Amino acid sequence: MSLIRMSSPHVYKANSTANVMRLVMLAMLPGILAMTLFFGWGTLIQIAWAALLALGFEAAMLKLRKRPLGFYLGDYSAIVTAMLIAVALPPLAPWWLTGVGVFVAIVIAKHLYGGLGQNPFNPAMVAYALLLISFPVEMTRWNLPFVLTGEGWSIAPFFDTLGVIFGGAEPVFFDQFTGATPLDEIRHRGGLTTEEAWRQSEVLAQGIGAWHAVSAAWLMGGIFLLYRKVITWHAPVAMLVTLGLISSMFFGFDPDNYADPLFHLTTGATMLAAFFIITDPVSSATSNRGRLVFGACIGLLVFIIRTWGNYPDGFAFAVLLMNLAAPFIDLYTQPRSYGHSRANKGRGGNS
Amino acid sequence: MGKVFAFHGGIHPPENKKQSTRQPIGRVPLPRMLYVPLQQHIGMAASPLVEVGEKVLKGQLIAEPVGRISAALHAPTSGTIRSIGPHPVPHASGLDSDCICIETDGEERWAEHQGLGDYTQLERSQVIEHIRQCGIAGMGGAGFPTDVKLHLGDDHIVNTLIINAAECEPYITADDMLMRERAEEILGGIRVLNYLLKPSHIMIGIEDNKAHAIHTLEKVLKGCELNLDIRVVPTKYPSGGERQLIKLLTDIEVPSGKIPADIGIVCQNVGTMSAVYRAVHKGEPLISRVVTVTGDAVAQPQNFDTLIGTPFADLLDAAHVYENKLYRLVMGGPMMGVTVEHDQIPVIKTTNCIIAASQDEMPPAQQEQPCIRCGMCEQVCPAELLPQQLYWFAKGKEFDKAKHHNLFDCIECGACAYVCPSSIPLVQYYRFAKSEIRTEEAEQRKADHARQRFEARQARLEREKEEKEARRKARAEEAAKAQKARKTPEAEATAQAPDLASLKTAAAVARTKLKKAQKALDAARESGEGDISELEAAVATAQANADKAQQALEQADTAAAKPAAAEVDTKQLKTAAAVARTKLKKAQKALDAARESGEVDLATLEADVNTAQAAADKAQQALEQAQAGAAPAGDADVKQLKTAAAVARTKLKKARDALKNAESKGLDGLDKLRATVEALETKADAADKAYQNAEKAAGGSAPGEPKAAPVDMKALKQQVSIMRTKLKKAEAALEGLEGEERTQAEQALQELRQRHEEADKAFKAAEQAQIDAAAAKGVDLKQLKIDAAMARAAVTKLERSLSKTEEADARASLESELVAAKRKADALNETLKQHEPA
Ligand code: SF4
Ligand code: SF4
Repeated sequence: MSLIRMSSPHVYKANSTANVMRLVMLAMLPGILAMTLFFGWGTLIQIAWAALLALGFEAAMLKLRKRPLGFYLGDYSAIVTAMLIAVALPPLAPWWLTGVGVFVAIVIAKHLYGGLGQNPFNPAMVAYALLLISFPVEMTRWNLPFVLTGEGWSIAPFFDTLGVIFGGAEPVFFDQFTGATPLDEIRHRGGLTTEEAWRQSEVLAQGIGAWHAVSAAWLMGGIFLLYRKVITWHAPVAMLVTLGLISSMFFGFDPDNYADPLFHLTTGATMLAAFFIITDPVSSATSNRGRLVFGACIGLLVFIIRTWGNYPDGFAFAVLLMNLAAPFIDLYTQPRSYGHSRANKGRGGNS
Repeated sequence: MGKVFAFHGGIHPPENKKQSTRQPIGRVPLPRMLYVPLQQHIGMAASPLVEVGEKVLKGQLIAEPVGRISAALHAPTSGTIRSIGPHPVPHASGLDSDCICIETDGEERWAEHQGLGDYTQLERSQVIEHIRQCGIAGMGGAGFPTDVKLHLGDDHIVNTLIINAAECEPYITADDMLMRERAEEILGGIRVLNYLLKPSHIMIGIEDNKAHAIHTLEKVLKGCELNLDIRVVPTKYPSGGERQLIKLLTDIEVPSGKIPADIGIVCQNVGTMSAVYRAVHKGEPLISRVVTVTGDAVAQPQNFDTLIGTPFADLLDAAHVYENKLYRLVMGGPMMGVTVEHDQIPVIKTTNCIIAASQDEMPPAQQEQPCIRCGMCEQVCPAELLPQQLYWFAKGKEFDKAKHHNLFDCIECGACAYVCPSSIPLVQYYRFAKSEIRTEEAEQRKADHARQRFEARQARLEREKEEKEARRKARAEEAAKAQKARKTPEAEATAQAPDLASLKTAAAVARTKLKKAQKALDAARESGEGDISELEAAVATAQANADKAQQALEQADTAAAKPAAAEVDTKQLKTAAAVARTKLKKAQKALDAARESGEVDLATLEADVNTAQAAADKAQQALEQAQAGAAPAGDADVKQLKTAAAVARTKLKKARDALKNAESKGLDGLDKLRATVEALETKADAADKAYQNAEKAAGGSAPGEPKAAPVDMKALKQQVSIMRTKLKKAEAALEGLEGEERTQAEQALQELRQRHEEADKAFKAAEQAQIDAAAAKGVDLKQLKIDAAMARAAVTKLERSLSKTEEADARASLESELVAAKRKADALNETLKQHEPA
């Protein structure tokens, strides 16, 4: 009789990395739709372009590293990274900007560190931070929501957008369709109080709804991921609560100089980051308790960077900083195991 | 129905239980051959009592247990022993092991057997022995002999008995069917355990997917006199894990490294209960069990009442296996079972399920992908570990870190591997890491022995070198001295005594040598390496040397210090006794460790312990005798009583702790615990009282040694001390002398000593006279009072330091000191009392 010998368990849940990634992609759909609706075709074009590049780079790197192509390409992790970069970049970012971003993410931040599971930093955030430092102009030229670009639903036509991304465009186009984001407005409001800024800025006064809607869409996706148990609530909730609490504190203390908590929670990349970026398991803390700490620290850092830093939105930096701290957090947030009265701390062993 | 709690993690794999519950428990046609493995659990293999060719009857004892953790084996049916030797057995290692092979004769003729009747009329130990003789072992998990668990009632307070009927693994329905069809038997078994363990509360933990079984149990339990609850727990793997079930039912976690009995809980499986019932009421040993045969590759999944030793092939035939579909044969459940490659492997006492799986049902594992640290494993781990961290550590061979992350608390339930999206065989990694750590530790032990041996050798070589050097120097010095001596002949007189000192040194050196040699020998024996005979010879020589030196010393000594001899002796004896005790402790520890790991030759270790025990006893006896001579009789008894009192107190404390724990947890069975505590309290009091009485008696009979009478003794004392100084000087001077001068010097020394002795005697006589006088006159009450007070103060001090000391040895010595001090204090008090009225 030729029976096989195998170690237990003998059954597995129909569960695969590819499955997890597919769910993540599915959860991003509402956010992508909302972005397209409010800011035009740029987002979709960026996603397609980034995904194409990501697959190409991934394949090339796998080939160089002599790994089975189909097996690893099939896990969709590269595409998820590409999508995250694409939605984080301005929808009208030039093609090469996206290209550089994807290259940095896939080749440098992922494969040079040893591939999926080994990268200490979130690849999408590495790319974003690098682009923000190197190309500040392109990175801060965000689309205006359609309410500000004309009558009715007047986003830029698809082929115009395509042309802008891949060919460059006349400044007129940019004048019509791009502008500052709410965060920029608050950041660079000069001597005005926040209230005055709200009244004077078109984006803040009328356009803020677009950002609210997009945030709500990301939140929806996040809830879906929670429901499907792809992510745990710890990091997102910790981050959102921390950010909300701190901004409320400052806002309550001095409403003239600080933005209100709702503003913090619904603009910039807050919701996207909360559910899709800081929940990236590879580069975050591992235990539930660790994730609480991880999320809370990011919330704090984001507030600090937004309020006193040089960049309008500090997510990339906050996440990268905390990626750096994640192993350390892990050491001190081990769960209390069954039958132990206390949790272990530190690394143990002598290495 | 009581409250049910929750445990962390867990998974919900497809149950696949329905297939095998459609049919009642069936019977397998009598197999032609039965293979009964001698070892079916951890612990010692049973030792066969039958010979090849012998005819056996059904239920006849064919192998008897060896040691405490071992189970008896009985012939599952009548037939002829065909062989006793290696045969494939169901074990994860896939190795063969010794089995008794019986060719069945189809007659099923029973050996004589008989139940115990009304077991409540019997001693508990008798009932437990009967259960042991019937070979009852745990039928759910590791097959631990049941009698071992039943003895737990002796030194643990069992307040909760948990009957594990959860059966959380998919596919398995053996316990389910047993409860449906033989609930009465199970209840009967529970009654027996209730009698044996006297738990205050019994709980049956059962998953809510067994509605039928729950219903049957409830029916049977109606009007039952026992304090018994059925607790229905939600279906979640691994709720049937012992620790998980305990958490579910009591909300208590078994501390890591402890057993449930340590927190007053005993777990038993339902199958075991039925076996206990049959053994106690019918006298039937454990020769059959219910086995689930299921999987896509059998046409008729069903449970079978199967004789132990039945080859899997017979069972598969009974369930109509599709040979061509069979892809994987699993013994046990799909989560923790082991695959077997051979269908001649026999059913053993723990075989609850055989899954004949097709390839579609249990496809080969997916290719392992990199861990994406998704954390899903952590969410499901019932032991609340960090499986992915453990995985990284195991993979990176960072075993220290793995241990630090509580690798050894992993129960290998497989939940983490089940959910891992990257198809990482996590459990395999943990098993690997665990076994690596175990071998590493074993090697470490070996290396330590080797190092000790090496160091011993090194030290010996060094010593030899030094000794040579010393001899050379001594010779040179001697020559120089001889010259000097010739120049100053008067020095001879003083330079006489040293002989004693040098002899002492020589004796000490010899002793040290002996000790070292013995240590080396011990180390070698323990590790079983090295040339033992050579070492033994070395020890023997060292011994001879030491003896010689000692003899010489003693001869010299007796001449010099007869009165002191007795005292020295006692001291030495004390040391010897202490050493023996330490040795014994060590040996026992080693034995315990060995027992736990189940490795190493237990028998030799046990023998070692016994020898050590004997040595310790002897030493103790000698010491006691000596002490009895010197000290008042009854001292040893007092000590023993004291120990007894201490033990009683410790027990009391433990019980109190348990009580407190139980109280804070609001456990049931408080009353029982309270009663126990009270009983223990009385016991402790009684022990204390006995001890105090004895001590008083001893103290009373102790000779009073008042220290009074100082005045005109002074001169005498001085004289004695002068003589002593002289003597010492002479002894010192004698060092280094040899040959003729030496003998002369010795003579001089002898004279000196005599004089010293005379002086001493005179002094003592005077002292005695003084004392007598004092006693007669009743003088010096003041001094006496002071002395008494001081003695009392010493006692208190000792008591205090005793209460602070933890270490056993230090305690022992402190205790003996304390006893002595107390005696002194008492004696002084007594004298004081005698004098006071005067
Ligand atoms: S479930 Fe698998 S992939 Fe996820 S963290 Fe655990 S080991 Fe890694
Ligand atoms: S196998 Fe070990 S690590 Fe994995 S879930 Fe079970 S107890 Fe936790």
